[in-house]
Amino acid sequence: MQSVLVILEWICLLGGSFFLLVGGIGILRFPDLFTRFHATSVSDTMGAGLILTGLMIETLVQQHGFTPLVKLLMIAVFLMITSPSATHALAKAAIHGGVKPRLADRAKAQDDENGADR
Amino acid sequence: MIHKLSVGIFLICLWLLLSWHFTPLLLGLGLVSTLLVLYLSIRMEIIDREGHPLHLTLSTLRYLPWLIVKIVQANLDVTWRILHPRMPIDPTQEKVKCSQKSDLGKVIYANSITLTPGTLSMSIDADTIEVHSLTSTAIEELRQNTMDRKVTQMVGED
Repeated sequence: MQSVLVILEWICLLGGSFFLLVGGIGILRFPDLFTRFHATSVSDTMGAGLILTGLMIETLVQQHGFTPLVKLLMIAVFLMITSPSATHALAKAAIHGGVKPRLADRAKAQDDENGADR
Repeated sequence: MIHKLSVGIFLICLWLLLSWHFTPLLLGLGLVSTLLVLYLSIRMEIIDREGHPLHLTLSTLRYLPWLIVKIVQANLDVTWRILHPRMPIDPTQEKVKCSQKSDLGKVIYANSITLTPGTLSMSIDADTIEVHSLTSTAIEELRQNTMDRKVTQMVGED
């Protein structure tokens, strides 16, 4: 039972690290601000979620009792509310600041204009 | 009244769970801080249906598993697109209908859209949400209104 939990914990922690890394790669690769938001939401949801799940399993393995489990659950709940709110606020601020999203049909036209090879 | 009572019980449970010490001193401090917070919230008039949505407790437990499955699916899709050498994305921006009447319902729907990787709510009007999406397929899926209906059902406005 103990070893099953430990294996599950490692799968969660390594999976979470993988998705955090993917989020970072996405921020570097994606072309503009709004598509980069989509990359950060990968690390916000799956990355943070899996790492928190792994830590919750760790508290069970170490038999620390309820308190750390409840605290980790609260972190997960607050992240689920605050991270989309913050992303929405940032996106809205960006639009008000005059940032134009680079859309598929428009991006192609721009590239043709600039003669960029994509 | 029922909201004030439930906030009080919630705060006491929170204190007990987070401290897990049962000495008279710490229990007394917990009671004092609970009553203080309760008094301040009543004075600020922030305990109402919107600030403490008691009526959504059970329906949230039904909606959350569905949303988590959706989030995992969308995550795998976006991850595949990030790591794909040719990065197959076609960013789209469109207005999507939202059928919720209350502000709380709209906030839950817009946050669900943003929480799902690949779609991002940019601004909210009376009955539409402007959505930026990484791919046109993601916005097609939103247009089928499955999530919209689930949220409306959850806040009990259908």
